[in-house]
Amino acid sequence: MNNLLIVGQYVPTNSIVHRMDPRIKMLIIFFYVIFIFFANNIVSYALFTVFAVGGTLLTKVPWRFIAKGLTPVWFLIVFTFILHLFVTKEGTVLVNVFGLPIYSGALEQGAVISLRFFLLILLTSLLTLTTTPIEITDGVEALLGPLRRFKFPVHELALMMSISLRFIPTLLQETEKISNAQASRGVDFRTGPFRERVRAVIPLLVPLFVSAFKRAEELAMAMEARGYRGGEGRTKLRELQVMKRDVAALVIFIIVVAAALITRDYS
Amino acid sequence: MHAIEFKNVSFRYEEEQPYVLRNVSFQVEAGEWLAIIGHNGSGKSTIAKLMNGLLFPTEGEIIINGIPLNEENIWEIRRQVGMVFQNPDNQFVGTTVRDDVAFGLENRGVPRAEMMDRITSSLEQVRMQDYLLHEPYRLSGGQKQRVAIAGVLAISPSVIILDEATAMLDPLGRKEILDTVHRVQEAQQLGLITITHDLNEVMQAHRVLVMNDGEIWTTTVPRELVKRQTELQQIGLDVPFVTQLAHALERQGITLDEQPIDHEELLDALWTLHSNK
Repeated sequence: MNNLLIVGQYVPTNSIVHRMDPRIKMLIIFFYVIFIFFANNIVSYALFTVFAVGGTLLTKVPWRFIAKGLTPVWFLIVFTFILHLFVTKEGTVLVNVFGLPIYSGALEQGAVISLRFFLLILLTSLLTLTTTPIEITDGVEALLGPLRRFKFPVHELALMMSISLRFIPTLLQETEKISNAQASRGVDFRTGPFRERVRAVIPLLVPLFVSAFKRAEELAMAMEARGYRGGEGRTKLRELQVMKRDVAALVIFIIVVAAALITRDYS
Repeated sequence: MHAIEFKNVSFRYEEEQPYVLRNVSFQVEAGEWLAIIGHNGSGKSTIAKLMNGLLFPTEGEIIINGIPLNEENIWEIRRQVGMVFQNPDNQFVGTTVRDDVAFGLENRGVPRAEMMDRITSSLEQVRMQDYLLHEPYRLSGGQKQRVAIAGVLAISPSVIILDEATAMLDPLGRKEILDTVHRVQEAQQLGLITITHDLNEVMQAHRVLVMNDGEIWTTTVPRELVKRQTELQQIGLDVPFVTQLAHALERQGITLDEQPIDHEELLDALWTLHSNK
């Protein structure tokens, strides 16, 4: 049951990437996503590719986990490539497929777009592979911190996220319990036409919602009894610290981006 | 000065509605264990919520360690009165044991360095130190309640309230929780209030307060209480097996010297019975 209840796709290998500050990881990914669109020739693309693949190797996460994370987007990557093959009409005609001409520019364009897409997905998936949901929450809270000045409820948002994370396994267990209880009363979730199966979910959802609201009310009371009164004057147990490895990662990233910006074509 | 003092407290949720509590007065001393017992709707849980400022009395006054409870000092009161609720799942805020114990400390702005020490020592007191990084779904109900107690101990309160905190546990978990709080309460001379509808759970307490329909029915010691079997049944409380057996023996003409309150006492009374004659 433990496998079923693990949230997200975190793979604990305790690599150097795992131990990095989530804030730094998120910053790097954020700017990577922006700057990869500046790449426009072999050298600049190579730099971004080396950075993403190198980062992936450092995580020590087995390839099959990474491949699993990419499965849903493989189709999109291939589809984008094929679409470009037939739609782009630049360069010279290479071959004719079923009477449709394939241009050399199309091949190039398709490959570039697919590569960019692949790199984006790869690097962003590293975040969830190497960072626990609670670390992500802490990171988001810290990064959004400046928004507090504009009365944005940063702390409340982070607490909401962490409470949701904490209750996911609880509610999953409850769903299973209710579904068993309803199945034993004759509700059929598995067979029959689609409409009937959708309807069968109602006796599952109603008790689940009722109990979720009851839980929420009790939790709110328990939190108040334990002295919770919002983010004001609160200290935090989990503290994020920027270490040498974070600085190193950041410096490498800046060098890669700078090099890519210098080597890209400006004509 | 009493740890907790209720002075003629009455409470109703809204005007025009019937009173849930009527004219309730009692005191709890530091180092004392008071059990509050009553059937469902007798007002016992309302008392718990009043002590922590989750509700405010409609009439009367509540004084905690010399401080009268009101909206201004409610946070100071909540620091002194720790509460453990019934459902182990619905009071676990953190994603791990450590984070959950820290929650109350974070709320009170305790510095981080001090937090770690307090977390370790309070988890040791409930013997959960080996579960520091466990997620709640990997813990049993009894373990979760022990973590909840650790969370309360971490803020070093002067009074602990268990509001039906054992009701959802199996007999073993129940015993574990009661033993744990009893040990801590004696060691630190805390005021302890356990609220329950199960007479078996009041036997270890120093004093018992029986609630019935929003009023105090009686305040006594456990041993005296179980002598009043028929009356207890009339107000909807199940009399423990030991008591029932003692009464049944009495009807057969076998009178025990003293009303036994647990299996051990009953056993002692039975095997020494003959030598007394």
